[in-house]
Amino acid sequence: MSIPVSTDVTSMTVDQIQAALADGATAVDITQAYLDRIASADGELGAYLHVDPEAAVAVADAIDAAGTRGTGLNGVPVALKDVVVTEGVPTTSGSRILEGWRPPYDATVAARLKAAGTVLLGKTNMDEFAMGSSTENSAYRITRNPWDPDRIPGGSSGGSSAAVAAGLAPWAIGTDTGGSIRQPAALTGLVGHKPTYGSVSRYGLIAFSSSLDQAGPMARTVLDAALLHEAIGGHDALDSTSIDAPVPVLAECARRGAAGDLSGIRVGVVRELGGEGHTDGYEDGVLSRVAEATALLEGMGAEVRVVSCPAFDLALAAYYLIAPSEASSNLARFDGVRYGLRVGDDGSRDLDEVMALTREQGFGAEVKRRIILGTYALSSGYYEAYYGQAQKVRTLISRDFSAAFADVDVLVSPTTPTVAFPLGARTGDPLAMYAADLCTLPASLAGLPAISVPCGLSEGLPVGLQIMAPALADDRCYQVAAALEAAQDDARGHRFLDQLSRRAATPEGAA
Amino acid sequence: MSTPSRKDPLSRQDIAHLARLARLAVTDEELDLFAGQLEAVLDAVAHVGQADVEDVPPTTHAVPMTNVMRPDVARPSLPREVVLAGAPAAEDDRIRVPRILGEEA
Repeated sequence: MSIPVSTDVTSMTVDQIQAALADGATAVDITQAYLDRIASADGELGAYLHVDPEAAVAVADAIDAAGTRGTGLNGVPVALKDVVVTEGVPTTSGSRILEGWRPPYDATVAARLKAAGTVLLGKTNMDEFAMGSSTENSAYRITRNPWDPDRIPGGSSGGSSAAVAAGLAPWAIGTDTGGSIRQPAALTGLVGHKPTYGSVSRYGLIAFSSSLDQAGPMARTVLDAALLHEAIGGHDALDSTSIDAPVPVLAECARRGAAGDLSGIRVGVVRELGGEGHTDGYEDGVLSRVAEATALLEGMGAEVRVVSCPAFDLALAAYYLIAPSEASSNLARFDGVRYGLRVGDDGSRDLDEVMALTREQGFGAEVKRRIILGTYALSSGYYEAYYGQAQKVRTLISRDFSAAFADVDVLVSPTTPTVAFPLGARTGDPLAMYAADLCTLPASLAGLPAISVPCGLSEGLPVGLQIMAPALADDRCYQVAAALEAAQDDARGHRFLDQLSRRAATPEGAA
Repeated sequence: MSTPSRKDPLSRQDIAHLARLARLAVTDEELDLFAGQLEAVLDAVAHVGQADVEDVPPTTHAVPMTNVMRPDVARPSLPREVVLAGAPAAEDDRIRVPRILGEEA
């Protein structure tokens, strides 16, 4: 297909940036284009927590001097969610308790991207400790959705989603515990992939829920997401839960998928996620776009059938016990002793009091709620009824997936039940906020790969299709997503995100 | 905390006790707010009790693996000054901490 090639660097896909670099553009030029866009747009958008233009240009300059630009990812800018620890670069995880902290080491994800010659543009905003679905739980600022500045960009990786959708980064790293890559990608018209648990290193990600956390790519196209995934994936001895398997081949699968032949691929539509009898809370527009996308897959030769996964109905309940339980334990490290904030240390108070004051002042409301809930679920007398029971439900969810994958190759659903909701609409009601994760939680609990790919607009706002696959079959997500993307791009005549830049070109434009 | 069944509401006192266990010096306003919110969340998560889990083993981890070993080789630690630079208070090349024992102890 022919894509109108824009001369504006900040609307290019990464494969176009690579071509431009190979063709003589300098890494400094490319980086500067993004820095200029950040300088002009981020005051309103709120995508970044930290940007250091001089440092970015210095890295780009070194790549130009080394003569490596145009090969691999050398000279390609990237943004990292602020949960990713970066040596010497402020890292807060969206929390006041880490304000001003400059980590003494790099996360493996950051180290691999640095070694690949990418240029770090900055650290993106997020819900505090990745707890949230709207980025409104950030202790620092809200982030706006580039499609409508009065709406949320999703969360918790909402800084990354807004930055990429609005052209303030060509792509970004997000992390996903219960949907925090996929849901913001869906709400901003991006491709976002949660890799198989254990296939991308967690070393240096500030831990929220260790049995669920996973880093992954957020990008403008399926191919870009695959390229970024390949750059960060693979075994890491520093993460004891890392799977010792070769780096997956994904970009090739994306290219193959884009050819549009899905014959032989069996697609299961999950009834419990927006299907018959399970439509409460789902918007009609979202269900329509997902049905159309599924029909498109069928038109490319896929064999589509409805499958039932009854235990998915309990995924939300299980998740909101397991994740807060693990969080209450993980966040015990923020004790005001070794790093970050310390409050009330005036000589009159003992360690316990200082710790309690520090955590009181350093943590926001949602983090406190989850710590208290997790402490409750793990306390003696309640452990079996809550945490223990949730872990058994987790087993049931995995069994439903296994049974389904005996008959189909991938499962599909909406990524999230609604389009982006207005800022402030759910901040007073934690359960309403949690409902945004309804469709993404099952794959999280089972540790399976799942991608969100744009599948159209509803009320002028992006809708995402989620494609789930068995463990280590991430390639299937990319293949099917690429087929859908290519078919929709062909029908539309331009890329999904081009709809946003065209809209932004009008005076009513966002951000 | 007493040991009520799941049906008992989560009281303000319960929240205060849990907050103490978690080292959170919550305010009165927060206690009021959290008691209501957590009660609603607890109602929702209690749905896990509906599942028939007889003979179902718990999943602690999505990837079944145990005891990942590596060679016991000494590696350099982070430099002391780098670590101390990130600490909220340092003294004599060490992290300074508030006293550990209370007056009444």
